[in-house]
Amino acid sequence: MIRVQENDFDIGKEVRDLTAGRTDIGAIVTFTGTVRDSAKDGAIASMTLEHYPGMTEKELARIEKEANARWPLQASLIIHRYGRLTPGDNIVLVVTASAHRHAAFEAAEFLMDYLKTNAPFWKKESSGDGENWVDARQSDDGASERWSGPRKAAE
Amino acid sequence: MKLLYFAWVREKAGIDREDVDLPDDIETIADVMAWLKTRGPEFESAFEASNVIRAAIDQTHVKHTTAIAGATEIAFFPPVTGG
Repeated sequence: MIRVQENDFDIGKEVRDLTAGRTDIGAIVTFTGTVRDSAKDGAIASMTLEHYPGMTEKELARIEKEANARWPLQASLIIHRYGRLTPGDNIVLVVTASAHRHAAFEAAEFLMDYLKTNAPFWKKESSGDGENWVDARQSDDGASERWSGPRKAAE
Repeated sequence: MKLLYFAWVREKAGIDREDVDLPDDIETIADVMAWLKTRGPEFESAFEASNVIRAAIDQTHVKHTTAIAGATEIAFFPPVTGG
């Protein structure tokens, strides 16, 4: 399941809704990305996330489908916010549920790595010094590429 | 052809979307960017660092060498920074 929304999310509620009535799940992994105040001089007042409506949903669904093809997941969820956020706010939630922990851990990491290099979102930071588009990190490309090698077995 | 621009490409170009008639000799994404550059100082600035700009055809990531034949929507944007 994927959702792109301006509003905040409640992690506890999302996990409960995703796994309600399920008895085949033995492991649930959640990852939450939040707005970090990374300014060197002067604090970030806010961050605005722009996205490409339509393609965003398409990419997130594709990434989720890929994770489900690679790992035996019982359930999965990606929520990504857009719009104006302030330090400490939630940005992204990934939940993976599987019978055993390894698949859930690995799939959650895979989803985040792929999302960072493929989902069409752009961050703009706003501080006392003005506004600034956040640069893409090469380490994110590396994190994403490591999944393109031979697949490791996961239970 | 519907063209879309995002993030600093959008800001520099001064426009977020437009419908254009592309010249007949344009075949690839790289050709489109080279043509866009000739459309005035805003576009020249937006596509100056065209090597770092990413593109999507009909909402799917493509390379600069990808042919645009059959496309209805082409988007140009900086490397993504979500998550």
